Amino acid sequence: MGGITAYGAYVPRARLKRGAITATLGTGGGKGTRAVASYDEDTTSMAVEAGRSALRGRDLSVDQLYFATAAPAYLDKTNATAVHAGLALGEDVLAVDFAGAVRSGVGAVLAAAGGNASTLVALSDLRTGRPGGSDEATGGDAAAVLVLGPGTATAPVLAEVVTHASATAEFLDRWRQPGDATSRTWEERFGETEYVPLADAAFAAALKQADLTPEGVDHFIVVGVHPRAAKAFSARSGVRKEAFADDLTATVGNTGTAALGLVLADVLDRAGADQTIVAVVLADGATAVVLRTTAALPQHRAATPVAAQIASGDDSLSYATFLSWKGFLDREPPRRPDPVPPFAPPAARVTAWKYGFVASRCTECGTRWLPPVRVCDQCRAVDKMAPEPMADVTARIRTFSVDNLAYTPSPPLIGVVVDFDGGGRFSCALTDADATKVAVGDEVEMTFRRTITADGIHNYFWKARPVRAAATSGEEG
Amino acid sequence: MASKGIRDRVAIVGMGCTPFGEHFDKSGPDLLIDAATAASASANVPIADIDAYWLGTMGSGISGLMLSRALRLDNKPVTRLENMCATGSESLRNACYAVASGAYDVAMAIGVEKLKDSGFSGLAVGSPPGDGTGTDMSAPALFSLLGPAYSAKYGVDMDELKAAFTHIGWKNHYNGARNPRAQFRKEVPKEVISAAPIIAGQLGIFDCSGVSDGSAAAIVVRAEDAHKYTDNPLYVKGLSFIAGPGSGHAHQDYDFTTFPEIAAAAEDAYRQAGVTDPRAQIAMAEVHDCFTPTEMVIMEDLGFAERGTAWKEVLAGTFDLDGDLPVNPDGGLKAFGHPIGASGLRMMFECWLQLRGEAPEERRIKTVEQGKTLGLTHNLGGMPGDCVSFVSVVGTELG
Repeated sequence: MGGITAYGAYVPRARLKRGAITATLGTGGGKGTRAVASYDEDTTSMAVEAGRSALRGRDLSVDQLYFATAAPAYLDKTNATAVHAGLALGEDVLAVDFAGAVRSGVGAVLAAAGGNASTLVALSDLRTGRPGGSDEATGGDAAAVLVLGPGTATAPVLAEVVTHASATAEFLDRWRQPGDATSRTWEERFGETEYVPLADAAFAAALKQADLTPEGVDHFIVVGVHPRAAKAFSARSGVRKEAFADDLTATVGNTGTAALGLVLADVLDRAGADQTIVAVVLADGATAVVLRTTAALPQHRAATPVAAQIASGDDSLSYATFLSWKGFLDREPPRRPDPVPPFAPPAARVTAWKYGFVASRCTECGTRWLPPVRVCDQCRAVDKMAPEPMADVTARIRTFSVDNLAYTPSPPLIGVVVDFDGGGRFSCALTDADATKVAVGDEVEMTFRRTITADGIHNYFWKARPVRAAATSGEEG
Repeated sequence: MASKGIRDRVAIVGMGCTPFGEHFDKSGPDLLIDAATAASASANVPIADIDAYWLGTMGSGISGLMLSRALRLDNKPVTRLENMCATGSESLRNACYAVASGAYDVAMAIGVEKLKDSGFSGLAVGSPPGDGTGTDMSAPALFSLLGPAYSAKYGVDMDELKAAFTHIGWKNHYNGARNPRAQFRKEVPKEVISAAPIIAGQLGIFDCSGVSDGSAAAIVVRAEDAHKYTDNPLYVKGLSFIAGPGSGHAHQDYDFTTFPEIAAAAEDAYRQAGVTDPRAQIAMAEVHDCFTPTEMVIMEDLGFAERGTAWKEVLAGTFDLDGDLPVNPDGGLKAFGHPIGASGLRMMFECWLQLRGEAPEERRIKTVEQGKTLGLTHNLGGMPGDCVSFVSVVGTELG
């Protein structure tokens, strides 16, 4: 069995203070914050962002892509293909969904761990509930990517998957009909009595297979759809308290399908070499995975640590905006034409640009073109263009306008003209930004977003956003 | 290689222009009939004697049938054309070339747009099936990019620029208040303009042109035939049209303080017309004031003001109705709205009235009495960095 050769996470910028729910509704809410995907994000777009964090600066090939979520943007149509295109992976890379239930996440990880291919597993979820309820306050939106495989010279195994064990049972704790916006749950005590023995069994079996004792666990991750059961199981696990990993629910929330990857990424951001990590997932049964970090980990951490993403969150989101973004507050649109969805053939012609943000560069005179073109106006060459990947190139705002007239699901639209480092200009929307604080000269980076949904079609394209917390090189002692 | 022009070979001998505004009681064909019959009467040419037609409409109709059906034409050629906001001017340019070529003796250029039926705020034009990667910004946002860029380049305080924008809005409403065909016929105080709700960037609602319905038409003949129709023809001196390469949104050297396409069209039209000092020679200009910063920048691109000085000239009143070079004496897009296919011909209609001394007393410009004989019309379509532009020069004298 191989192990994790790369990992990365994505926590959206917006945070809802749980107290904002209480302040408005007089009920619900709680302490801390939860992460909120912006109006222009979904599980697909967040998976792309997490994948970019995992792959940036790495010399790593990917043979397969598994995309797991309980909130797929599409049914019937594969969502992994958009993630695949957003990460500009090769045509020969298999891309499939593991969609529907939270348990799909750990299933995808184990499926990847059991093979010899280099498999990028994207775990992504949007979690909310009816206003005032527990799911709304405790949920969180995020994505994480684990690349699993045998390891190579340039992409060695950072954490070996030592073993895993599962316990499965059929019982009714949490469910959602296709098409429903929120889930329903049975009362808490019943689930606790079902889950705890299953977690005990899986954990014990995994330890036995790995010839480990609870005291030997260095990092203990317990996540799942039933927080009370997770807490009860943790308390009786025998694992040292100081080994308990922060499950991030106080700051990010319970990210469902993504939680295993997100919390593991946070642990990998700081774990040392030769340490034992046990992750237990409680979701329609229980699974325990035993990992062992290697000496390669400190040199190959993710480009953007989870802690830095948590620290750079913006908790000014109002509860009304949260409800709008989640689709619970249907606001009056501008008196403008309805947004038009992309058409299939034109979109298919520009997949590398639209999804991968691959522009062109004139091979005759070196001029960079966004979007890619066939004719260069600098040297008049025709069809002398080479692909020019631009997704990771930063830019500066040359000029901008805060637009109160244009259609956007979350007005105002901030339009920017950005000049890229090394040449090239592009006009696009600025997202994750405060309209009152934008300035000419601001540094921006590109981010993959779901710009609109119209006629049941999601439109994915890139926007600029203010540069987030400085990415680290992954180097440390 | 360059354009040769048709200076003094074609004349406008009659024009018609409907009132612009909310014509909820009239269809596009109704407006075409009104403008066409007015132009026909103006030139004393029966519709049946017009040989060919150029119909400009952005999206209010399809094909020449829109006009031929409305006028019940007797198997005449009607070309329907579209070139963004220069659509009306393009119908005139092409009709002039057809007459200059000798192919027809009498041609009509006519434009129409019916915008109010959609119920939308601002312009709303359809696009071919797209790939979902296009710009999302509205027109006011795109044109609001001019102000901050101009401020930065020339070191002009944004408040002073905003005052210049306000002056342009005030001026055009002042002029429109004196024009019975205008959509908005009230003066608007500067303090109301500058305090209006923001649409995009620094642009308030009074910095933006309106949305209206309207139609206008011109009848063109060979210059040597002009006096068969009128004692006061308007001779076509220069016609230029530029479709830019769209490079302003691709290269970092474009700075959003100018429209290179306008400067190129102006240079071309001036060369055709023999204009060497536009600021001194031109009696009046009708320019594309879609947004107030646009008009300010246009003043520099047309050579009416030195680079970096248009804002001062605006505030000094140079382009006011009683200024040295009145701009948009009819009220412009600001007071007329912008029925796209009609606007260019509506501009020419003001040249037709002013240069021939037929403008009503209350908005008659002094420069014609002072002996200037040339008028200019200008359109741009698109956005800063990626646009089409039209410039014409017309005059009352040959030579």
